[in-house]
Amino acid sequence: MAKITYRKAVNQAIAEEMQRDDNVFLMGEEVAEYNGAYKVTEGLLDRFGAKRVIDTPISECGFAGLGVGAAMYGLRPIVEFMTWSFSLVAIDQIINNAANIRYMSGGLIHIPIVFRGPANGGVNVGATHSHTPENYYANVPGLKVVCPATAYDAKGMLKTAIRDNDPVCVMENTILYNEEWEVPEDEYLIPFGQADIKRKGTDISLIAHGRAVLAALEAARMLKDEEGIEAEVVDLRSIRPLDIDTIVESVRKTGRAVLVEENKPFCGVDAQVSHVIQDRAFDYLDAPVKRVSALDVPQPYNDTLEKMVLPDAQRVYKTCLAIL
Amino acid sequence: MSSTATANESTASADGVGAVALAPVNARLSAEEKIELFRQMVRIRRFEEFSIRAYQQRKIGGFCHTYIGQEAVAVGSISVLGADDHIITAYRDHGHALAVGMTMNECMAELYGKYTGCSKGKGGSMHFFAPKRNFWGGHGIVGGQTPLGAGLAFALKYLGKSGCCLCYLGDGAVNQGAFHESLNLAALWKLPVIYIIENNYYSMGTSQTRSSAGSPLAKRAEAYDMEWDVINGNDLYEVREKTEQAVRRAHEDHAPAILEMQTYRFRGHSMSDPEKYRTKDEVEERKQNDPIILFRRTLEEEGVLDEEAAETIDQEARAEAKASADFADQSPEPPAEELFTDIYKDDAQLRASLEAQKQKL
Repeated sequence: MAKITYRKAVNQAIAEEMQRDDNVFLMGEEVAEYNGAYKVTEGLLDRFGAKRVIDTPISECGFAGLGVGAAMYGLRPIVEFMTWSFSLVAIDQIINNAANIRYMSGGLIHIPIVFRGPANGGVNVGATHSHTPENYYANVPGLKVVCPATAYDAKGMLKTAIRDNDPVCVMENTILYNEEWEVPEDEYLIPFGQADIKRKGTDISLIAHGRAVLAALEAARMLKDEEGIEAEVVDLRSIRPLDIDTIVESVRKTGRAVLVEENKPFCGVDAQVSHVIQDRAFDYLDAPVKRVSALDVPQPYNDTLEKMVLPDAQRVYKTCLAIL
Repeated sequence: MSSTATANESTASADGVGAVALAPVNARLSAEEKIELFRQMVRIRRFEEFSIRAYQQRKIGGFCHTYIGQEAVAVGSISVLGADDHIITAYRDHGHALAVGMTMNECMAELYGKYTGCSKGKGGSMHFFAPKRNFWGGHGIVGGQTPLGAGLAFALKYLGKSGCCLCYLGDGAVNQGAFHESLNLAALWKLPVIYIIENNYYSMGTSQTRSSAGSPLAKRAEAYDMEWDVINGNDLYEVREKTEQAVRRAHEDHAPAILEMQTYRFRGHSMSDPEKYRTKDEVEERKQNDPIILFRRTLEEEGVLDEEAAETIDQEARAEAKASADFADQSPEPPAEELFTDIYKDDAQLRASLEAQKQKL
């Protein structure tokens, strides 16, 4: 199977869905003539033309809301945020409008829109550009939120998002854009709400999402190599809907859980996962549930400091040893 | 009164109205059509009076913003639209809802929070919707609907339809960033959206002079090279004439526009408003320009309406409004299961968590 980058996987997902459905269009800052701030949308303007691949002004509230209005009428917009950090000036349109209109209309209207872009720290751009807002968007009934960790997942989940009839927030990662994974040439879709066991194990469950899955996999390798411990790595993939059954099944099997995320810890995604485990697997636990999240501080610019903020395999490894 | 003194005081003279009435869009109206426009305004007025009564009886909760005094804006502007034209508005939405043809029953029942309401009791006063009638809400956040209006216009153009979108907002919404972002996109991309500022001179309790720099408000369109106009929003004929012109430009050239319709609300911002920011004298003075009285006088002068016919229309509207209140009163509450529907269209993976919540009720 051929390997492609995460960037190319996202590009292919958009292109395939635009080819499939004329009502799908892409808009965002620099997505067309510039070929994407991170080159994710390279070649799409040439292929699909300016009617469907649209450069917007720097006006996130305006074009996010315009997308919602177009989706009400039946178009299927893909709205790119250059980073999810910039979605904060559009949050009214995402939460009050995209998420709530269906409910407030008693089901008369639905909003088939995708908001996508990278959401990560780790690239020395300071606090304003390093937000990981999957927890706050996942807090909102009416939204779906997915954080694919690999090129394979990114392609399959973005295609699902574009065909979905509700607003979906797809959170990518600029650090992953250059990474390569095997991706089949034949079409495939990945349903939401299905976690993926990225490594099978019996001794401890490492539950992660987004790029933190890679830290969890590396920690699992270290546990095996250094301690002979078999860790299971569960990639949530989708935050809302959350695959509670797979989480619970894994923890009931291993009796131990370490939750890994680049999200901030306070009211973060893994606070919810931790609750799910105590609610559904309490009697199976042999140790307290531990979390390895980003540090509870704003993202620093300094490279050395920022590396300390984000979870890494070493921190995950040490945390696992503490409860084994 | 100084805060509200502007151009609209009075094209209400017989001559002014007569001149406007000559515009083709008004001249071609039959007597029956004119009476129907009058009837629509009266229906809104009586509906709102019953909603106030029901609110005072605590049968309607939350916020309730009435349209009394502004009826000519919604009725006049919506009356010139065609099959591919669309409407979206803010939270003061009862008038637009009735003007697009929603029934008093479904609207009143929604105010009562009943299952028979247009949103099954889940939207309330500020969130009426009727997509089948090209009516896209009913939006509670000030200015939040303005990008949606641009999006509806974008979709119409994308799909090659000749329609346009009327997007209403209050004078308080003109200072929201969302509105300015929408204007820029509409002008930049030539979207057939017409922003109608319903200027009733108060953003809640803050007068226009205390909240908005620059006058008239519609002039802000100039920054975006967009057409604009200031209109006597109490004069139904003038509203129709100016809206029809803008709609034609939108249909032919995808031209966006801002129309500022100067009007007045005779009641408070919402039902809980003690109205300390304006005098009773000011309100009484503005009632001299009551759009319903003005249009009734015009129709009487034209000889298409007499006192008896006007009274009959009024009695029918009262009876219809009362019947809608009775209907709402007798309608069932939404069942608890309704909590968990209409959140997602594709909810296969979410049913389990919704069901789990239901079981705990």
